[in-house]
Amino acid sequence: MTWSSAAVARLVAIGAVGGILQLTTISQVAIFGVPADLSPLLVGAVGLLCGSIAGASFGFGLGLFMDTLLAQTLGVSSLVLLGTGYAAGRLRELRDPAHALVPVAVGAAATAGAAIGFTVLQLLLGVDAPVSVMLVRQILLVTVLNTLLAMPVYLACRRVLVPFLPDDPRRRRRRAYTTGGLSPLSRA
Amino acid sequence: MYDRQVRRRRAVLFALVACCLALLTAYFGESSGGPLKSVQTGAMEVVAPVQEGANRALKPFRDLFGWFGDTLDAKDERDKLEAERDALRQEVARLKLMENENAELRDLVDYGRASGLAAYEPVTARVYSRSNSSWYSTIEINKGSSDGVQVHQPVINGKGLVGKVKTVSDGNAVVMLLSDSEFGVSALAAEADQPGSIQPVTGSPGDLVLDLVPDAKQIRKGDRIVTAGTVSDRLPSPFPPGILIGAVKRIEGEGELDRTIHVAPAADLRSLDFVQVLTKPTADLRASAGTP
Repeated sequence: MTWSSAAVARLVAIGAVGGILQLTTISQVAIFGVPADLSPLLVGAVGLLCGSIAGASFGFGLGLFMDTLLAQTLGVSSLVLLGTGYAAGRLRELRDPAHALVPVAVGAAATAGAAIGFTVLQLLLGVDAPVSVMLVRQILLVTVLNTLLAMPVYLACRRVLVPFLPDDPRRRRRRAYTTGGLSPLSRA
Repeated sequence: MYDRQVRRRRAVLFALVACCLALLTAYFGESSGGPLKSVQTGAMEVVAPVQEGANRALKPFRDLFGWFGDTLDAKDERDKLEAERDALRQEVARLKLMENENAELRDLVDYGRASGLAAYEPVTARVYSRSNSSWYSTIEINKGSSDGVQVHQPVINGKGLVGKVKTVSDGNAVVMLLSDSEFGVSALAAEADQPGSIQPVTGSPGDLVLDLVPDAKQIRKGDRIVTAGTVSDRLPSPFPPGILIGAVKRIEGEGELDRTIHVAPAADLRSLDFVQVLTKPTADLRASAGTP
């Protein structure tokens, strides 16, 4: 990702709009009895598009924003989401995945990881609650619901951030092969 | 060059994790009026108008999704409502008799005024955002300390108890719902006259548990659960007595120790548009009723 004030402004805008949309609308629409959670999807998408540093920073900022607006314990969502963003970014940096369904898989993994991480942190912080079947069911349902939303969220994020991104991996590889390059690394 | 990138990446990660841990530690360590909580309240106040505007602008989309869901559930709902209507007709006839008896008794003890919720000085507020986590179940309302709202005041809607005020700023407040993992209220099974304590079942927003009941065998499915209210002048409950919490929906276990009483909240916590905060929940209705 090309770092500039415009790129940071767009990331902040994605976080602010996504956060407020989550609080005012998405959280009030229950499908299968649970509402979707945009936060891990946004963080996963930004990590996958922009890399680990941007993903982790975006996750930290979005988590802090959500914790602040919901009067929750500051730092909990930030810690969980920064891990999610960092992991998505490292996936891009290490594997550079090109398959079209990677954003869906990352969205599902980010949601499940964030939900489990949040649960573990709450239990560590002393919330007295049993790990019930209902809780596991809710995590699974949110993961399924978010999996359905992962691709539109990813495409929306990419559309906003595309001027600051390097070439799409698939297009890059295709061009490298058709122009006689031996591998994507030969362009470096 | 590569080493520099790796060092930079790790430094950013460690710095962010350290920030989170510092925030967590400081947040837990400070009092309710501490600097972090003040900043949090200030930020909420700044963003609240934006949230409220977005909430109103996006209401048609929420309603559209709600319409799809409502249509799917309509048939079941109709059958249930027809059965409920028949039961309510019988209930109305019974209540009419009781109302007459009640009017006579009121005359006898010369109550000065009716014991309505008006005595608790309710403040009506609009809900403009809500959380959806399994661990925190909160809503934000557009009334705050400048309207008389204070922390721990009970919040109701037309169906029954919704929760209590968690934090307050000048123009808005955060309400902890019945389904929040930290919520608890002393309750009374109205038909069985058995006291107990209502706790949420974490991870299941539509489920509450009536716990600590001395004689749980007397409680039946469908019994109404209301707030127990003040039982001691020394330790007044923040909840007035007699506010409907919900109804017993199922009872698990047969024995004395393993019996779990599940309660369905009367208020639909998923679709709250307006609520009322009882700003004087400890109003002494007996004092205002006069003496015979």
